[in-house]
Amino acid sequence: MSKLLTRRKFIAGAAAASLLAGCDSHPITGFLGAMKDWNQGFEGAIFSPARMAPELPPSAATPEAAFPAYFISDEMPDVPDNWSLTVGGLVDHPMTLTLDQLRELPGTAMCVRHHCVEGWSAVAAWHGVRLSDVAKLAGPRAGVRYVEFKSFDEGYWSSWDLGSAMHPQTLLAYGMNGHDLAVGHGAPLRVYSAVKLGYKMVKYLTEVNFLAANTGGYWENQGYDWFGGV
Amino acid sequence: MPVSHDPRFKGRPEQPLAIRLVHWCNAVFIVLMAGSGLQILAAYPSLGPRGAQYWWYPLQGMSPPSWMRLGGWLGGGRHWHFAIAWFFAINGAIYLGYFFASGEWRRRMFLPWRDAGGAFLQFMYYLRLRKTPPPEDFYNGLQRLAYTSVVFFGLVMVLSGLAIYKPVQLHFLTLLFGGYDGARVVHLGGLALIAMFVASHLVLVAMHPREIVTMVTGGRRE
Repeated sequence: MSKLLTRRKFIAGAAAASLLAGCDSHPITGFLGAMKDWNQGFEGAIFSPARMAPELPPSAATPEAAFPAYFISDEMPDVPDNWSLTVGGLVDHPMTLTLDQLRELPGTAMCVRHHCVEGWSAVAAWHGVRLSDVAKLAGPRAGVRYVEFKSFDEGYWSSWDLGSAMHPQTLLAYGMNGHDLAVGHGAPLRVYSAVKLGYKMVKYLTEVNFLAANTGGYWENQGYDWFGGV
Repeated sequence: MPVSHDPRFKGRPEQPLAIRLVHWCNAVFIVLMAGSGLQILAAYPSLGPRGAQYWWYPLQGMSPPSWMRLGGWLGGGRHWHFAIAWFFAINGAIYLGYFFASGEWRRRMFLPWRDAGGAFLQFMYYLRLRKTPPPEDFYNGLQRLAYTSVVFFGLVMVLSGLAIYKPVQLHFLTLLFGGYDGARVVHLGGLALIAMFVASHLVLVAMHPREIVTMVTGGRRE
């Protein structure tokens, strides 16, 4: 409970900070707010945990120079010394994993189309660990309904429905197109999923938290839809 | 417009209430959908995926002017678009249900074997290549072609829109349009066709202003 309160305080603080910084905030209320909620319910209802995005041949990959790399920091976020990933929240076995430990877990690769909220698409192969495999190690408790991802990119974060997070095509990715993740694409570790829009896939990952409450997200709190599925 | 001479329509107004309601709702929805759609387009005003944009699209990288857009920003445009989409689609479904259940399709739907010749002659008449219009039967062939086509365009817009909205959950639909970027082409092309329809519709209505009254009051009864 105290954790929940601090998280709420954190969000309120983040919202106040963005107002102070002059960022546009777009609360969606009234008719549009009601329809946004309705559409989010619709998105959740048509999401199928078993439906797989078509896999593409590696030859379909977008030239990497043409694959946009977004971050919110003023400069491209550098990997901190002694980086590790914290897996926590309502889990039986909270963990801290180094990149080497993640690489030792059974890995997978997929080449899929990326869909950005802006309307563009691009293709890349991603290499990493299924988040569902990491979840098995951590052991989420009953009552977990959301997964929160945090980063060292100026505090960029997002939270997901558990179903999309446990989809077989949702990875903690450390590689792209056969090489280590480049700094622009979220090194050393990022979320990559075939079933979400780009802004849901947190780069420069530091924390994965299994939670009972929805903690919003960086763009979500500025008015973009929270579900953000494709 | 001339009566249909079909005894089935005896006593029925030229534009029954259901069609009038759907028509005027649709006019509002089309404006809102086009405006919010162009707001979304402005975030990536190009066709084709990153690194392989389509060479043939002449407006590559050109944003629609701001007076055409609705929503103010990408998120706002998306909220408007996905909100009104439901009303647009349900309105269209009501129209199609009424269209077939009431038998209105008999005097409105373009049937090539009945209407193709008349549509061609009417087109020649508009081009001043023919002095008199072909005989009309409620609608002329060209009207039937235009009104039937635009309903089809509306259906394509709903389906291609869904294909862009959920390219993984509905990937069979997305595949039908040649993939995600293909569906964006169809969706924008559909907007262009509907815009052309609306432009010519407005010109012809301006030339026959009595039809506006008919679309409000229902017009004469057959």
